[in-house]
Amino acid sequence: MIRALGSEFQKVITTRIWWVLAILLVAYVAVMSGGLGAMFGLLTTDPEALGGSEQQVPLGDQLAPLLYSFASSIGYVFPLLLGTLAVTSEFRHRTLTQTFLVTPNRGTVLGAKFVSQLGWGAALGVVGFLAAVGAGAAALSIWGLDTALDTSDTWALIGRGILAMALWAAIGVGIGSVVPNQVAAIVIVIAFTQFVEPILRLVASLSDVTAQVAKFLPGAASDALVGASFYTIAAGGSGVGLDWWQGGIVLAALAVVLALIGGATTWRRDVT
Amino acid sequence: MAAGTPIEVSGLTKRFGAVTAVEDLTFTVQPGRVTGFLGPNGAGKTTTLRVLLGLARATAGTATFGGVRYADLERPATKVGASLEASFHPGRTARNHLAVVAAAAGLSRTRVQQVLEQVGLDQYADRRVGGYSLGMRQRLALASTLLGDPGVLVLDEPINGLDPEGIRWIRGFLQALAQEGRTVLVSSHLLSEVQQSVDEVVIIAKGRLVKTGTLASLELDESPRTIVDSPDRAALASALASAGLAYSEGRNGFIVDEPDPGRVGDAAFAGGVRLSSLHRLKSGLEDSFLALVGEGGER
Repeated sequence: MIRALGSEFQKVITTRIWWVLAILLVAYVAVMSGGLGAMFGLLTTDPEALGGSEQQVPLGDQLAPLLYSFASSIGYVFPLLLGTLAVTSEFRHRTLTQTFLVTPNRGTVLGAKFVSQLGWGAALGVVGFLAAVGAGAAALSIWGLDTALDTSDTWALIGRGILAMALWAAIGVGIGSVVPNQVAAIVIVIAFTQFVEPILRLVASLSDVTAQVAKFLPGAASDALVGASFYTIAAGGSGVGLDWWQGGIVLAALAVVLALIGGATTWRRDVT
Repeated sequence: MAAGTPIEVSGLTKRFGAVTAVEDLTFTVQPGRVTGFLGPNGAGKTTTLRVLLGLARATAGTATFGGVRYADLERPATKVGASLEASFHPGRTARNHLAVVAAAAGLSRTRVQQVLEQVGLDQYADRRVGGYSLGMRQRLALASTLLGDPGVLVLDEPINGLDPEGIRWIRGFLQALAQEGRTVLVSSHLLSEVQQSVDEVVIIAKGRLVKTGTLASLELDESPRTIVDSPDRAALASALASAGLAYSEGRNGFIVDEPDPGRVGDAAFAGGVRLSSLHRLKSGLEDSFLALVGEGGER
């Protein structure tokens, strides 16, 4: 298992996709966190500028966690893609033959991918939060707003966010093992995270009954784990959501169940 | 180097749904020699190798290395070096590809450099495989089989895509590996591709075994005939007929159903016919091979 883990780590570090995704993550998250931070800062100090009239800090002390959580609330698609590609690229480039020749125990291979991607997801989490916190805190401090970097709540949020990113990469391994076709897997990941789930969450939040179900959607569970998200605020802070540990369990269960399904189906097939 | 163990295939059958790819295949590959695993495309060679290497499940029968299934080998890369397709991640360099394999096999990075030199890829080792020619990929595939210094080598179509210089190189290379006591199994759909590098052949067609034995035994199977020609073919024909020899007319003279050219010569001498040529007609190995696998038409 240790050897398989080492090999999986090598597989990622010797290709380009990890740093391409890391750069995209940093750029996306920094622009969103920094940009919104600057906008809210402007709104706070000069409400007239954007047509606002009430003299108050929008969101108050929720602002900093909101900005920082962009790393996971919009950035989770990057570890998810990295994890998915870790599996599908072996099918796409037909390298699974070589992989199984060196490590004939297929469960070991899948387990090694799962664990190694937890690590890679956490690494992307660190990078993502560096970007979100860096850009967000910079924007806030320009306008003289509280960066909340001195509170333990903020650091706990960052820690939970890194955990969420790690779990998302593992979920990717599960998705890749269930849908080994790389193009199909990428389309599913992008479509679900960027369109299907956001729409579902928005629609579901209109009714209390559906909101009870929608809180178990993976993105919602992830936001619950992290503890802040623009969704919960956009939805008016309706208060419907899981506890952070429940969110973590939903994500972890999703990753494990997907990997078990994939491990029992596509992963067991003849490699031809 | 790990000891070369025999490859033992016994009663192997593999079906994909209703299609039988391999049926009741039994053969043994001995250490110390290069064995060609031959058959036309679609004969079931790759399927057999995939079952042997634990990548596909047998419907019936077994395929083992000295009695041990591939999946049960301890650190298989150090016992069996196998390459089934020269497929690599195009963004990875040759050195990194080997590093990935070495990490999984628990081998040191120094082996990576050694095998790169062994197959003559060390100059190109840090280029991405995406830009490699088929011949370079073949060398890289061979390098990855050698990483664990295994006693058994299983290579699927290793010569395919090599240039003439590469073909000559791999012939010597495979022979040297066998002379060290390794078991070397090399598949090919062309006998001519491997006939100068193999000692033994295992020939299959349509999923069934048609022949095993030495390369030389392929030749002996063919009943040899004699080819004879004369400036006066009519006189030759009557001389052959009176000696009771059956013949047919060929492009370069008469093809006589008689293995001994001396007896044909005697017949011509008895009839007083001057001969312009007289020799044994040896059909090539390729003809024997094609006849065996049923592509050379009916004989």
